[in-house]
Amino acid sequence: MEKVIFYLLAIIMVASAIASVSSRRMLRSVVYLLFVLIGAAGLYFLMDYNFLAAIQLTVYAGGIVVLIIFSVLLIQHIEMELEIAKSSRRWFSALLCLMGLSIFLGTIYSHPFAVAETTSTTTVAEIGRALLSFEKGGFILPFEVISILLLAAMIGAITIAKGGKEIKQEVPESLDIDKILQDAKQQAEEKVMELESSTKN
Amino acid sequence: MIPGVSITEILTLTSILFFIGVYGFITRKNLISILISVELILNSSVVNFVVINKYLYPEMLQGMVYSIFIIAVAAAETALAVAIIINIYRRLSSVEVRETETMKY
Repeated sequence: MEKVIFYLLAIIMVASAIASVSSRRMLRSVVYLLFVLIGAAGLYFLMDYNFLAAIQLTVYAGGIVVLIIFSVLLIQHIEMELEIAKSSRRWFSALLCLMGLSIFLGTIYSHPFAVAETTSTTTVAEIGRALLSFEKGGFILPFEVISILLLAAMIGAITIAKGGKEIKQEVPESLDIDKILQDAKQQAEEKVMELESSTKN
Repeated sequence: MIPGVSITEILTLTSILFFIGVYGFITRKNLISILISVELILNSSVVNFVVINKYLYPEMLQGMVYSIFIIAVAAAETALAVAIIINIYRRLSSVEVRETETMKY
């Protein structure tokens, strides 16, 4: 039963990932990414990591995807199609990726993994104790560093997205084309006025 | 662990996802699409951490905790990237990579 569910999830994830990097509509590509992330959450559920699956669903599928969808809607016209790379370039990068993948798979299948026979369920209380423990094997320092990183990222995102004053380049007055043109125009107009008044007289 | 599924099968799946992400990173020409590819790469690496923790060291917590940290870093990175993309769009009216070649401002 688990085997069938795993293969189903794997097929969904790979197909959605391929669709996500090859779709020409941006919004669809984000939604395919959402399917990949939900498939990963399903894998965590299969492996009995319920807390991690919940984090995956809330942070990735809930937060990040919504953020990307917002930016797509702010920036892109939904009907617009993306331009794609040249086909020679696409084939070249696909070949490169296949080569890398074959190296990875060769390493994975030749390495003898010492798979443990026992299996244990991780409770949320254990994770909380590990995150806040000062003793050997505790994670208090990375936990605090991550909190500072999140604060810095939040402040940085607000500052960048708010935007500042537009920086204008200073041009010396003798080189300012607009000013020279304006002066010339004014002089010409004065001359025309003078001519008109003289012809009237 | 998942009954009937060996560790190599899951590692194969995550490697395929990783290289699909790399392929998208190389071929896409839009900043948001590149961000999506980066998310694919990060997500496959998170699954790798969790799988190796579960299959090889089931009584430890290291892989699990580090995957939580990777998810937090990915969230921070996405927020910053979206802010930068919106700022670029405001200045250039475009998010194509070709248009953002200068670092003039």
